[in-house]
Amino acid sequence: MAQGKVTFREDRCKGCGLCITACPKQIIFLDKNKINIQGYNPATVEKMEECIGCGNCALMCPDLIITVERF
Amino acid sequence: MSIVFERTRGMVDMPLHYCPGCTHGIIHRLVAESLVELGLMDDAVCVSSVGCSVFTYNYFDCDAYQASHGRAAAVATGSKRVLKDRTVFTYQGDGDLAAIGTAETVHAAARGENVTIIYVNNAIYGMTGGQMAPTTLVGQKATTSPNGRSAELQGYPIRVCEMLSTLDGTAFAERVSVHNPANVRKAKKAIKKAFEVQTAKQGFSIVEILSTCSTNWGLNPTDSLKWLEDNMIPYYPLGNFKTPEEN
Amino acid sequence: MEKMLMKGNEAVGAAAIKAGCKYFFGYPITPQNELPEYMSRELPKNGGTYLQAESEIGAINMVFGAAGAGARVMTSSSSPGIALKQEGISYLCGAELPCVIVNMSRSGPGLGGIQPAQGDYFQATRGGGNGDYYTPVYAPASIQETVDLVQEAFDVADTYRTPVIILGDGMIGQMMESVEFKDIQKRRLPQKDWALKEHVEKGSKKLINSLYIKPEEMEPHLQKIFGKYDVIKKEEVRYEKFNCEGADVVAVAYGTVSRIVRNAIKKLEEDGIKLGLIRPITLWPFPFEAFDEISPETKAFLSVEMSMGQMIDDVKIANAGRLPVEFYGRPGGIVPKPIEVVDKVKEILGGAK
Repeated sequence: MAQGKVTFREDRCKGCGLCITACPKQIIFLDKNKINIQGYNPATVEKMEECIGCGNCALMCPDLIITVERF
Repeated sequence: MSIVFERTRGMVDMPLHYCPGCTHGIIHRLVAESLVELGLMDDAVCVSSVGCSVFTYNYFDCDAYQASHGRAAAVATGSKRVLKDRTVFTYQGDGDLAAIGTAETVHAAARGENVTIIYVNNAIYGMTGGQMAPTTLVGQKATTSPNGRSAELQGYPIRVCEMLSTLDGTAFAERVSVHNPANVRKAKKAIKKAFEVQTAKQGFSIVEILSTCSTNWGLNPTDSLKWLEDNMIPYYPLGNFKTPEEN
Repeated sequence: MEKMLMKGNEAVGAAAIKAGCKYFFGYPITPQNELPEYMSRELPKNGGTYLQAESEIGAINMVFGAAGAGARVMTSSSSPGIALKQEGISYLCGAELPCVIVNMSRSGPGLGGIQPAQGDYFQATRGGGNGDYYTPVYAPASIQETVDLVQEAFDVADTYRTPVIILGDGMIGQMMESVEFKDIQKRRLPQKDWALKEHVEKGSKKLINSLYIKPEEMEPHLQKIFGKYDVIKKEEVRYEKFNCEGADVVAVAYGTVSRIVRNAIKKLEEDGIKLGLIRPITLWPFPFEAFDEISPETKAFLSVEMSMGQMIDDVKIANAGRLPVEFYGRPGGIVPKPIEVVDKVKEILGGAK
């Protein structure tokens, strides 16, 4: 299976969680240990090695903060 | 390593003012990506409306008008009649288009104005704080229908695509949704097709996009997607209502 | 150019086409219908587009779209229809878009009547829509003057980036007079570099907008617009002063009514009474300067209007408390007769009544 990498532009994240609903691997979560410049817990991925680079998270992100790469 | 997805250059690099989880942002992206992919972005003219989408003119990287409440289709008409080769589109919500702007919308369609309407239907007035819209579902609570919309008192929600597709001037009418990735992909196809219809000078095109309003629906963003799917789609069926015949 | 006999409404259309108007968005209402009819017939022959809108609101917003795209554009209506256009006019002023709006006015309020009236003076001169704004208003008194002012109106609109109103009435619209389409001296007009263009220039995003959500941006926007108004007040005031030197009474009248006052002047001469006339041609800006010099013989101003008295407010401002300001008006679609004005003047002077 292809491997992917997602990058979040953290400062622009509003912590809405729509990316979480779209991730087939369920690897995105809101980082409760972090508060961004807007005051939200931003979306993040820890187990990046599980990302398949499908891009669903980016399709659902209303704030256009996600970049997806595949290799 | 290849980039599968990145921010479209069709949108100005600035934060969007929408509430967290508001699907307006997804729809903006689809419009901008479609225009860029069709090579129409630089020539595009956006007519923004009144309501949550009032600042749309800031976000698309093209010329724009800010129209008065409901009149976007008339402004687009005047603009397109002068700028015949540019891609003119309006971006309107359901209060703007289906209540105060009904006459402008219906007659732009009837005239077959060669413009594209991006119509965002979230069944409520968002900017003003959750009042009942012409598209609010029967039984749905709003700040001006606190016990839920009553058909007896307030009548029935308007199905815009069905209505406009009866007009000869309407070339393309499709209703889509953005509540999950599969539907987001379909929505983009419809938006692209609508712009192609305009480029081919085939007449009036409208894409109605079902959208969420977590703030005024009183739900979290994720539950809002589910609410849309369970409540809006049954009343506002997705699909194409009209498309030009292939020749 | 030879003279020809033309109906007022059609003469407006002919003058607009001569002035380079390429777009006209109309909607039927009496007594201005000959104008959109003329434009629908003649504009396409002259490389332009006539479009009938679904309403006056639709029409004025189409004007907004076309003006934003840099076109010379016009719309017309009559009183109740002009009332419907007020939202659009306010937006046009806010977004600083040039266009010409013709009001062949009738009586009101409400549906009122279809005969000539001047009850739209406040609507035209005070900004009939929301917010802080004015529009230049021209009030022609003959078909020839109407024709001349249409050209002027387009140029003033473009010079100052503002809507301009031609305020006629049912009489001006419906009557026929001989007109000559003179070559009016053209102004040097600024480039419309703010407008949307047919071909996009890279990296110059254009925005046609009246929204300034931050008060600290809205205030300077208004100050900028009012800066233009100061120039308009200085440069564009137009009026005619007739027979005022040594006049016993000076009448103030515009448009159709000024012609009746002229007849009254002749009749009063026979009785040895001198009636003067100040005829504002621009209603906004109002020609306050015309009132600066008053002959010592003058005992009163008399505002004559086809209304219950609207311009009289400006006459009082102009008079600044120096003389009594009298009023004679026939509203509701009734055109006053010269003898009525004669009798009013005699009454003011304490003569036989």
